[in-house]
Amino acid sequence: MHDFDFVRPQTVSDAVRALATPDAQALSGGQTLLPAMKVRLAAPAVLVSLMHIPDMVFVRADGDVLRVGGATTHAQVAREAAGAYPALASLAARIGDPAVRSRGTIGGSLANNDPSACYPAGVLASNATIVTDRREIGADDFFQGMFTTALEEGEIVVEVRFPIPDAARYEKFIQPASRFPLTAAFVARHSGGARVAITGASESGVFRWHEAEVALTSDFAVQALDGLAVDADGMIADLHGSSAYRAHLAGVMTRRAVAAIV
Amino acid sequence: MDVSMTVNGRPASGKVEGRTLLVHFLRDDLHLTGTHVGCDTSQCGACVVHMDGRPVKACSVLAVEAEGAEILTIEGMANPDGSLSVIQQAFQDHHGLQCGFCTPGMVMSAAALLKDDPHPDERTIRDYLDGNICRCTGYHNIVKAILAASENASIAAQ
Ligand SMILES: Cc1cc2nc3c(=O)[nH]c(=O)nc-3n(C[C@H](O)[C@H](O)[C@H](O)COP(=O)(O)OP(=O)(O)OC[C@H]3O[C@@H](n4cnc5c(N)ncnc54)[C@H](O)[C@@H]3O)c2cc1C
Ligand code: FES
Ligand code: FES
Repeated sequence: MHDFDFVRPQTVSDAVRALATPDAQALSGGQTLLPAMKVRLAAPAVLVSLMHIPDMVFVRADGDVLRVGGATTHAQVAREAAGAYPALASLAARIGDPAVRSRGTIGGSLANNDPSACYPAGVLASNATIVTDRREIGADDFFQGMFTTALEEGEIVVEVRFPIPDAARYEKFIQPASRFPLTAAFVARHSGGARVAITGASESGVFRWHEAEVALTSDFAVQALDGLAVDADGMIADLHGSSAYRAHLAGVMTRRAVAAIV
Repeated sequence: MDVSMTVNGRPASGKVEGRTLLVHFLRDDLHLTGTHVGCDTSQCGACVVHMDGRPVKACSVLAVEAEGAEILTIEGMANPDGSLSVIQQAFQDHHGLQCGFCTPGMVMSAAALLKDDPHPDERTIRDYLDGNICRCTGYHNIVKAILAASENASIAAQ
């Protein structure tokens, strides 16, 4: 790992200022960035820690919205969201392993947008809003393909606002070596209709399975999905599974999630 | 950069580079070599220590991030009189270690689990150890040891 300067601001505005210096990069839990720096895939000159900004660490139910600070760890969400939004807490409780959950944060996970990450599915199916230091971004606009988001240079995820669905479920088919999902589905039943987000499957990262949403919105039942399948075209193929296998898994995980809700 | 923290109840400080990992500060500067480096890529859990009461992989935390933190390592696990803690004794009694390389991380993970959930079932223990790899594959006895420790009445009081 190349050496760097390290700063730990206590306010969002100080962090934004620090990130404006050349080659500065945000550091949250470091569970993705530090391994990348070790292999020199990233070599920032300044690391700006976001973990000491009190305004970015909280879980708060606000009417029918769950608000989560951008630097809140997976462990804290698993503990504190269990009452207000159990499906989201359950997603957080299954990310990686306990030590990863002690450090990794929601903001880091969303900014990274790994095509196999868990949170993007929860955020997209919940129709959450990503609040940054400068604007609010709807989930449908935030995710822009594998490892790509709407975030600009130096922009910080300060908070995520989840409209709490009537019912929801995250079904994760684990890839046991990495502990990431091989493929996972987050199904949310909102009063306005169903939303289904699939992660770990597509070469374009997390995506909504629109056909399933339409079917479930008119009839929220496993049978409503009869005959529907995710197209294998554009799905990831690697040594863990072919694109056809992942497309199939997306269907199975969605059905399991619906079955668990009804 | 200067860094200071509390390690096993005692103040510890030193000069580090930004890139110094917590595990290297513990091992190379403080000479607490009980915390092991098995992979350096966040996979194996041999380096698990507690930071402010929560398990973390010390190979994936910068020393400067531990500024002001309370760190507990395997060296801080024994009882004040030097005898083994309930969990450590259970590992010995149930042959929960073979080469012993993964053991510090296993014990620290087990301690974190039993702090949150003093009476876990076998499934919970296996799930919780997801991030701890034993190259000798002694999982069965590791789980047995943790189950036995959880049955020891004094564990809930710790
Ligand atoms: C063994 C292991 C298993 C894992 N398993 C899973 C899993 O099952 N599911 C899963 O989803 N993830 C998994 N992860 C990834 C983990 O959830 C990471 O914590 C997460 O992807 C990144 O969060 P972080 O806080 O560690 O971010 P960091 O590593 O600190 O940062 C990641 C990136 O985001 C940027 N960034 C950080 N915070 C912000 C912010 N608030 N605003 C804008 N940019 C920011 C950084 O500059 C960097 O580019 C695993 C990781 C490991 C090591
Ligand atoms: S050395 Fe830290 S996880 Fe392997
Ligand atoms: S006892 Fe040898 S690695 Fe676990």
